[in-house]
Amino acid sequence: MINIVLLTLLVVIAIAIIRMKDLFAAVMLAGIYGLLSASFFVVMDAVDVAFTEAAVGAGISTLLMFVVITMTGRKEKSIRHKPLPALFVVIITGGLLIYGTLDMPYFGSEDAPIHNHTSPRYINDSMQEIGIPNIVTSVLASYRAFDTFGEVVVIFTAGIGVLTLLSIARTKKNDEEIESINDSMHQQHLVVRIIAKMLIPFIFLFALYVQFHGDFGPGGGFQAGVIFASAIILYAMLFGLVTARKVINQIFIQLIAALGVLLYGSVGIVSLMNGGNFFDYNVLSSNPITGQHLGILLIEWGVGCTVASVIVVIFFNFAGRRELQQHKKPSQDKESSK
Amino acid sequence: MLIAATLAILVAMILAIIRGIAGPTLYDRILAVNMFGTKTVLLISLLGFVMGRPEFLDIAIVYALINFISVIGVLRYSDTNQFKHTPKKNKSIEKEL
Amino acid sequence: MEIVITISSGFLLLVGSFLCISGGIGLLRFPDFYTRMHAVGVTDTLGAGMILAGLMILSTDFLVFAKLVMILLFTLLIGPTTSHVLAKAAFHNGVIPKGSNNLKQTKEKESTSSII
Repeated sequence: MINIVLLTLLVVIAIAIIRMKDLFAAVMLAGIYGLLSASFFVVMDAVDVAFTEAAVGAGISTLLMFVVITMTGRKEKSIRHKPLPALFVVIITGGLLIYGTLDMPYFGSEDAPIHNHTSPRYINDSMQEIGIPNIVTSVLASYRAFDTFGEVVVIFTAGIGVLTLLSIARTKKNDEEIESINDSMHQQHLVVRIIAKMLIPFIFLFALYVQFHGDFGPGGGFQAGVIFASAIILYAMLFGLVTARKVINQIFIQLIAALGVLLYGSVGIVSLMNGGNFFDYNVLSSNPITGQHLGILLIEWGVGCTVASVIVVIFFNFAGRRELQQHKKPSQDKESSK
Repeated sequence: MLIAATLAILVAMILAIIRGIAGPTLYDRILAVNMFGTKTVLLISLLGFVMGRPEFLDIAIVYALINFISVIGVLRYSDTNQFKHTPKKNKSIEKEL
Repeated sequence: MEIVITISSGFLLLVGSFLCISGGIGLLRFPDFYTRMHAVGVTDTLGAGMILAGLMILSTDFLVFAKLVMILLFTLLIGPTTSHVLAKAAFHNGVIPKGSNNLKQTKEKESTSSII
């Protein structure tokens, strides 16, 4: 019942996003879409996925999108072209994909291979092999550690890409100018500043809780990293980017991003040295279960560091570019505001 | 009673979505998103109790925090938006420079 | 004892859901932004508080209770703050309350003077 309502709402919002011409509103609806799909995951009992969707889909990605829109412009460009060939291609691709799914077992059917081989193994044996109550974490961090390593490297690469494309040489004078404007603007935001000051320590604490509680409940490195980064982003939004850069040095945080990946990889190397396979945590300690615990703790820590610092780096670069763009040509701004 | 409260929250969510889609100004939409966020927090904590899985409350806490951050983000980036009025104070500072 | 818990939590949940729905109707039906914000801002905090209090009475585990208290604290801090910021931003960016011609004129005057 709740499923049907939530899915209908998802479809309604998706159509509304397509029809929306104002990009700001579209991004906001996308935020609602993220919240809705996360509640849908909760109903489906996929708690870890819901956690990630809440932190990433509804929070950070919306924020980054807003920053980008303020740089590019609010209105969608109306493109006049013939939609028929595109429709043709889409129909053919969709038809092929549907034809491909015909060979697959039905959704949720009992004799699907995944329900016969992989899932029972994880559900029955993971407690003895890994010794962690949360099966998702043991699959993610131990059985599939190599995949997760790939994901972390992808995130790291994204950070490097943003750095190469968007990083800007900042001059001291420019910084001061921006800071003075920011200061005047933030005088107006006194109430939010105080509330944020009260909240930020709690957010950091909660991120640490999510990081270390991932073995027992929903959570883990990815979610904790995003929550940690969002606290820093909140600070940067309210107190100005220059102040935030003073608190968190950008060079330092880039170093942390690299160190996270290094930590993750070196766990694998150490397990190779000790005579096991890559990411075989059993050999890390004399007791296999302790080894597994140690390995999972270390790689989750690496994941958390990398994710948090990459997101902070991306946000700093986007927002820094936007501030430069905005303050470089205040005269043109005035023209347009008239 | 838990089920009834869940349904009530769902109805309120639907009303918020209608306003979010229709909303004439930007701020109506932000308001709708904000209300939708708090309703999601409530929905998830209620669902945790309905389904007997109280660890859902972790997600509800994340929502409460993320919702605040994203609303602040929207306001931060619409407030000084170059396509809208810049606030008066801001303008005078720019003149001085 | 059991029945007291059931009745009191049920009552709190009922009041909370009534407030939530009335807030939703207010969001939909009121004529302009500020009245809508008033409807949502008032009912959101109170309704959330009521529902969370009802759940708190139901909870048996201490950890669950503590988490509910945390959520309640966050909503109490965050709800009014967002309403405040939202109203302020809307007013600064020239959303004018319906039916206040006087204010409209002064606003217009201000904007013209600032351009000159």
